[in-house]
Amino acid sequence: MKRLLLAMAILAAIGFSPVRAVQPDEVMADPAREARARNLSQELRCMVCQNQSIDDSEAPLARDLRLLVRERIASGDSDAQVIDFLVARYGEFVLLRPRFEPHTLLLWLLAPLVLVGGGLMLWLQARRRPKSGAGEVPPDELTPEEQARLKVLMAADAPSQNQP
Amino acid sequence: MIAEAGHYALVLALGLALIQSTVPMLGARWGDPALMNVARSTALAQFLFVALSFAALVTLHVTSDFSVVNVYENSHSLQPMIYKITGVWGNHEGSMLLWVLILALFGGLVAAFGNNLPLSLRANVLGVQAWIAGAFYLFILITSNPFLRIANPPLEGRDLNPVLQDIGIAVHPPMLYLGYVGFSISFSFAIAALLEGRIDAAWARWVRPWTLMAWIFLTLGIAMGSYWAYYELGWGGWWFWDPVENASLMPWLAGTALLHSALVMEKRNALKVWTILLSILTFSLSLLGTFLVRSGVLTSVHAFASDPTRGVFILLILCIFIGGSLTLFAGRASSLKQGGLFAPISREGALVLNNLFLTTACATVFIGTLYPLALEVITGDKISVGAPFFNLTFGPLFVPLMVAVPFGPMLAWKRGDLLGAAQRLMAAGITALIAFAIVWAWARGGSALAPLAIGLAVFVVAGAVSDLAERVQLFRVPPRVSLRRAGGLPRSVWGAAFAHAGVGVALMGIVCETTWNSEHIAAMRSGDSTVIAGYELRFDRLKEQQGPNYRELVASFNVSVDGKPLGVMTPSKRNFTTRGTSTTEAALLSRGASQLYISLGDTTSNGGINVRMYYKPLVLLIWFGPVLMAFGGMLSLSDRRLRVGAPKPARALRGLQAAE
Repeated sequence: MKRLLLAMAILAAIGFSPVRAVQPDEVMADPAREARARNLSQELRCMVCQNQSIDDSEAPLARDLRLLVRERIASGDSDAQVIDFLVARYGEFVLLRPRFEPHTLLLWLLAPLVLVGGGLMLWLQARRRPKSGAGEVPPDELTPEEQARLKVLMAADAPSQNQP
Repeated sequence: MIAEAGHYALVLALGLALIQSTVPMLGARWGDPALMNVARSTALAQFLFVALSFAALVTLHVTSDFSVVNVYENSHSLQPMIYKITGVWGNHEGSMLLWVLILALFGGLVAAFGNNLPLSLRANVLGVQAWIAGAFYLFILITSNPFLRIANPPLEGRDLNPVLQDIGIAVHPPMLYLGYVGFSISFSFAIAALLEGRIDAAWARWVRPWTLMAWIFLTLGIAMGSYWAYYELGWGGWWFWDPVENASLMPWLAGTALLHSALVMEKRNALKVWTILLSILTFSLSLLGTFLVRSGVLTSVHAFASDPTRGVFILLILCIFIGGSLTLFAGRASSLKQGGLFAPISREGALVLNNLFLTTACATVFIGTLYPLALEVITGDKISVGAPFFNLTFGPLFVPLMVAVPFGPMLAWKRGDLLGAAQRLMAAGITALIAFAIVWAWARGGSALAPLAIGLAVFVVAGAVSDLAERVQLFRVPPRVSLRRAGGLPRSVWGAAFAHAGVGVALMGIVCETTWNSEHIAAMRSGDSTVIAGYELRFDRLKEQQGPNYRELVASFNVSVDGKPLGVMTPSKRNFTTRGTSTTEAALLSRGASQLYISLGDTTSNGGINVRMYYKPLVLLIWFGPVLMAFGGMLSLSDRRLRVGAPKPARALRGLQAAE
């Protein structure tokens, strides 16, 4: 299950991502650590910006946060510890992907519920229907107005159909 | 004088809308053809007056009449003519006027080409259109009048927001609005059907071309906005999950679902209630998009023009239309008769599955966009929902959908043969596997997910090709016969194949760009050179130059590959003096569908400049996909079966028989 989730997360991550504002002087010497810093940066919001991660933003605050993230990584923090540190300091607003908690239950569960609920409804409906594809429901009756129009059309069309 | 005339024309349009919103609907109720026919002339006249009003505003902008607030705030006498014109809708008031212009245009089109509609249906549709139009005329006249004057006219204007001084963003809003507003027609048709309590396959046939038209424009509009963000915002990103982008994505997802469900309704007279609901939802989401963007409730990267008093007014419009239509739906839906039955494995079943996933995807975007707002209003907690959330929730939904896409057209109506379809998709599946294997071998050491996604994209494209190949019986009959069969295929079949292939193409671009994008950030001084993805970029020099209403710092880079010069790239930073803001103009060099991308950062203390360079493999496919989708839509639209203002009924009938 965990692997499946991970796989889905990675698959999702290739969906949409890279926009970078990192300055040359910020880059860490160790590429592995730099990659971690970049990944973390994409999860963190530049709080003075509108919907930008600190990886995207050119704001001074974003730069400070990027440096902070790298500082924590350099001092040996794990990714989770870095995130915890930032949340403790700046609140949950800093996370671009909210944690799964009571007040975000609906956020995370509503869409899966729509999918499961919709699927269930369709399944029940398919079961309730007669197996055979027969039992066609006749289309609606024509209104008197349409009957009249149909007559006119048929009359107008009749001669042309006799001589193809 | 011109401003007052424009204002007056808009008031007259409001008057006409009020007549049109009552008289024809009463006529439909009483069965009075004279009253019903009123709608036709009022709709055409309404378009005329709104067009006059819009023309007045354009004239004011073109002649730089700074005695008008709107012109003063959003124009400048030195601005190039093209941006004087596009500046008309580069601001709140003007863009709302464009909104109603397009609404009136669609109303006028229904009036002009709707002769084949039953009289009462046309009267009701135009009546509902007039309700929408009336609400927005009032909105403009009361809260967002573009024709207000200034007592002491200034000599010079304040310039259009520099970010908007670009041809891409100039064309983006009209396209997007043609999409948004175009869905008002399917909405009006749905409401009219509910009012009459009668709906059938013919209804779906009348609605589909309008929906398709709106969908084509929305697709192109979103793609264009994305491309604009890509080259103008200087980050090289093309989708940010920004609320404003989400606002346009939601109606697109719902509209795509609507296109497919209307197909079921047209062919099989099934899914009526659902199609009606989708019509209502799609336009409701368009209204919601207008609300989100225009009210300033979200301030986002695109945020320009916001004012809370307006927000309340649009919210009111939103509540009345969405609440009213859903109430009507709840009351009347049960009286609509259900149509043709079908087995779960069938073309209908596949389309239902498509609807399920698209609706869920739409719900995901909806929740992610509005949840933070709702939470803040209710509990005061502030959370952020950004790209990582949407990537995790939205992305996985598209995987099963993409797998299913090629199967849909292969299944028969009513009862399909899944095994048969799978057999016919064998070639596509094998192609996809080969693609996967090649890509995986090429990207040694990487995760298998990106190659898998490429395989999926290839499957979708190859599936679309297989569908056509099956229909013309390629390689099973002589080529000449195949060719003749291809000519005889209905255009809507070609359209579906192109649109589906477009989805695969876009996915391919997305995967390549995000996975194999190379990036290099460096502080460079003239003479420095760097290598990215095999391309050598030599920083030649930095020079300042003067544009019509800005100063710019232009860097030139000589690009070469293996010592062979390819060309010069000139990214720049523009500083617009009037507003004191600057924009980055990225330089792009296309190599096939891939691009080199350079954008400039700040200058450094030692006389250099920070430069961001990217090599983005196959990035252009991201937008080529939507263009293919739109092209498919146009092919479908040109199908005689759906032609707007269809030919004489008798001929249309015969054309249809030939196609089946």
